[in-house]
Amino acid sequence: MIEVDLLDVRFGRGPKAVHAVRGVSFKVAKRETFGIVGESGSGKSTVLRVLSGLLHGWTGQVAIDGKPQGRKRAKAFHKLVQMVFQDPFASLHPRHTVDRLLSEPIAIHGLGNADGRIARALDEVGLGREFRFRYPHQLSGGQRQRIAIARALILEPRILLLDEPTSALDVSIQAEILNLLMRVRAEHGLTCVLVSHNLAVVAHLCDRLAVMNAGTVVEEMPVDRLRTGTPREPYTRQLLRASQGYDRKVVETFG
Amino acid sequence: MSPGGDSMRKVRSWLLDEAPRSRLQARLGRTYRGWLTFRRNPMAVLGLAIVSSLIVIALIAPYLSPHSPFEQDLARRLEPPSAGHWLGTDELGRDIASRILHGARTTLGMVLLVAILVAPVGLLVGTAAGFLGGWVDGALMRTTDIFLAFPRLILALAFVAALGPGIENAVIAIAFTAWPPYARIARAETLTIRNSEFIAAVRLQGASTARIIWGHVVPLCTSSLIVRVTLDMAGIILTAAGLGFLGLGAQPPLPEWGAMISSGRKFLLDQWWVATMPGVAIFVVSLGFNLFGDGLRDVLDPKHG
Amino acid sequence: MPDATPEPLLTVEKLRVRFRTPTRVVEAVRGISFAVGREKVGIVGESGSGKSMTARALLRLVPPPGEVSADRLRVAGVDLLAADAKTMRDIRGRRISMVLQDPKFSLNPVMAVGRQIAEAYRAHHRASRTDARRRALEMLRAVRIRDPERVYDAYPHEVSGGMGQRIMIAMMLAPDPDLLIADEPTSALDVTVQMQVLAILDDLVSRRGMGLLFISHDLDLVASFCDRVLVMYGGRIVETVDAANLHAARHPYTRGLLAAVPRLDRIGTELPVLKRDPAWLTGEDPAR
Repeated sequence: MIEVDLLDVRFGRGPKAVHAVRGVSFKVAKRETFGIVGESGSGKSTVLRVLSGLLHGWTGQVAIDGKPQGRKRAKAFHKLVQMVFQDPFASLHPRHTVDRLLSEPIAIHGLGNADGRIARALDEVGLGREFRFRYPHQLSGGQRQRIAIARALILEPRILLLDEPTSALDVSIQAEILNLLMRVRAEHGLTCVLVSHNLAVVAHLCDRLAVMNAGTVVEEMPVDRLRTGTPREPYTRQLLRASQGYDRKVVETFG
Repeated sequence: MSPGGDSMRKVRSWLLDEAPRSRLQARLGRTYRGWLTFRRNPMAVLGLAIVSSLIVIALIAPYLSPHSPFEQDLARRLEPPSAGHWLGTDELGRDIASRILHGARTTLGMVLLVAILVAPVGLLVGTAAGFLGGWVDGALMRTTDIFLAFPRLILALAFVAALGPGIENAVIAIAFTAWPPYARIARAETLTIRNSEFIAAVRLQGASTARIIWGHVVPLCTSSLIVRVTLDMAGIILTAAGLGFLGLGAQPPLPEWGAMISSGRKFLLDQWWVATMPGVAIFVVSLGFNLFGDGLRDVLDPKHG
Repeated sequence: MPDATPEPLLTVEKLRVRFRTPTRVVEAVRGISFAVGREKVGIVGESGSGKSMTARALLRLVPPPGEVSADRLRVAGVDLLAADAKTMRDIRGRRISMVLQDPKFSLNPVMAVGRQIAEAYRAHHRASRTDARRRALEMLRAVRIRDPERVYDAYPHEVSGGMGQRIMIAMMLAPDPDLLIADEPTSALDVTVQMQVLAILDDLVSRRGMGLLFISHDLDLVASFCDRVLVMYGGRIVETVDAANLHAARHPYTRGLLAAVPRLDRIGTELPVLKRDPAWLTGEDPAR
C-alpha cells in the first residue's frame, strides 16, 4: 500500500544544511499498522510529512496504493490519505466550531449530506450531538483529539498517518484514544503509519516497526521482537532499556 | 420574579449554554462572553460610553443643537459662555455648541470612512504577502514600505494639494497614509499562523490557497486589526483636524473641529473658548477611542495585556 | 534512606489553593498534607490534579487571583505562611529551588548561560564576579558537562534540550538549597537523555543530602526514581505509597492509572479505561 524507497530530505543549503532523512526505505502492506520509533531529531516526523504531501523538498521514490507520488498531491490523494496530529490544542482552528471543522472537508470535496456525515462522525468517536457547535477551547484535550480523528475519518480515507497522537494527553485519556484508534482501524480496514517516541504505544498498536536514529533506519522488526526484548541493534536495546524506568546502573551503560 | 427579569435570565442562560445547538447560538454566546469580560474594565466601559455618545450625537445633532450651526449674528460675536450660548459664540456669532455637535457628524463620518477603506485593504495585502511569500511578499511589502516612509501628515498634505481641498479628498488622503501599518500587522499575524498545525490539517484536506487565506487566516487577523483601528481612530481624528487646521479638510462654513480651532487661533488669548471648546471635544473623543480600543484588546487579544 | 530528623525539611498541612473567578471559585488544591525529609518524594497526577499548583504554592509563586492557605507550611525551620516578600526572596533559591519543564522557557534567551548561573549564586551569597564564575563552572562540571568553559559563554538556543536542563539544574543548585522541587523536569527530553538527567539529579541529591520533590505525570518513572510516591487527583492526595510497593497500591485511581498504561508485555488488547468515581473528589486523606 505504501512503498518508500531511498527517501532523502535536506533542510537548508550548503555546509549548514540539515540532513534530516538519509536514504530511508520501507514498505507497508494493506491493512497493516507500521510504526516508526525514534527520539527527537531522528527524522521520523519528517518522513510522515513527506508521506502526507506537506513537505515538498525530498528526493527518492514514494508510491501510495501503487501510484508513484510527486511533490504536489492531487486533490483525490487527500481522500485516500489523512493525518492526525500530535497537539490537539494546535490542530483545530481556534475560531471554528466543531461543525465547521467537520463540514469543511465535505465542502472541499463536494460530498453531500453534510448533516448526516457530521452526526455519524461524532457518533463514531463517541461524542454526542451537544458537541457539534462548541469551540475548541470549550473541549478537553481528549475531546479535541477525538474531533481530530473524526475530521480525519470523515473523508473515508484508506490510509491514516498518526503523528504522536497521544503524546500530549494524560495517561487515562491516552488509553481511551488508543482504544478508539484500534476500533476505527478495525471498522474501516485502515492502513496506518504511527510515529511515536513511546515504545509501549508503538508496540500496542503496530504490527511492524522501524527504529530511526539521526535520519536512518537502524532496525526494522516485527512487534514480537520488541515484546520479547530481543532487538538486534544496540541502539534499539538502549532505547528499550531507557523506556523501562529509571535504573542507576543501566544509565551508566548509555553512550 | 418580574417577567422582565425572567426572560432576561432565559436569554442569558441560552447565550451561556455549554452545548449550543446552532452556529448562531455558538457565535452569539462567544460574543456575549466577550462582552462580560469587557464590562469588567471600567475604563473600557467609559471609552465605549464616549464612543457611543459620539455616534448618538452625530445621528441626532440637528435635534440636539440649540441653534443652527450656520446662523451668523455679528452683533453677538465672540461672546463668552452664557445661558443662551452654552459654549459661547465664535467670530461670526455662530453658536459654538451647535457647531461642535454638528462637527461630530463630520468627524465621525471621516473616521468611519477611513476605517472602512483602510482595514480591508491592509488585511488583504498583509495576508496575501504573509501567506504566499516569495516575490508576492517582496513586491507588496516594498510598496508598503514606500508609503510608510513618508510622515503621515506630509503625505496627506501632498495628496490633498494634488486633489484639491475638501472632505472627500481629505478622507482619501488620510486613507492612503493609514493603510500600511495594517498590512504589516496582518502580515506578521499571518507569518505566525502559516506554520500552525490547523493550517497543515486543512491543507491536507485539499483546500485551495484562497480558501485557506479567507476562511482560516483572515479570521485570526481581524481581532488585532479591530483593536488597531480603534486605537488609530485618535490619530485619524487628529490628522483630519490637522488638515482642517491647515484649511485643507472640511471647507467653511462646514463645522469641523480642526477648522474651528484654526479660525479660533487668533482669539486664543482673550476669547479662549472659541479654539478651546473644539479642542476639548477632540481630546475627549480621542481618549474615548483609546480607552475603548484598550478594553477591546484585553478581550480579543488577552496575551498583549 | 529517609533521614529520621526531628523536623522534616518540608512540612505541609492542609494546603489549599483557590482561584476566585467572577462566576465561581475553583479549588486547585483542597487541603493536602505531607512531609519531605532528605529523600526523594514524587507527586504524580494528571492535568488538573493540582500537582503543579502545589509546587508553586510552596514557593509562594501562585499568580493572583489565586489564594494560598494552609495550617502549616514550614521549610527548613522557616514558617512560609508568615514570611514577608523579602524573606520569601531570600528563601527562594537559597532554601528551596525549582527546576521547570522546558529549559527553552525558563532560561533567559538573551543572556549567556554561565552568567545566569553566576547571577543565581550571587543573589544569595556575597561573592565577587570571579568567585561566582568559578562556582558556576564548578556547577557545570557537577552536572557532567564536559566543556564547561565553552558552555559558560553559550546562549540557551545554542544548547540541546538535555544540556539546557542540566544547565537549569546547575543554576538551581548553585546557591546550595536544602530542598529541590522539580516540576516535570524530564518530560520534554528524549528517553535516554531523561535517564542521564535523572542520574545527575540522583547523585546530586544524595551527595548533598538534599530533599527532592519530583512532580510528574509518569507514574512508572516516578516509582522507579523516587523513594515515596504521592498520587494526586482533583486537588487531593488519594494515596501515598512507598515506591517499592507501587504494584500493591490500593486506591482505585492509582490502580486504574497503572492499568491504563500500555505495556510491552500486554499488546493488542483493549486498555482498561479509567472510570472516574466522583467519590474520589471528596474522600479523606489516607493515613500517611
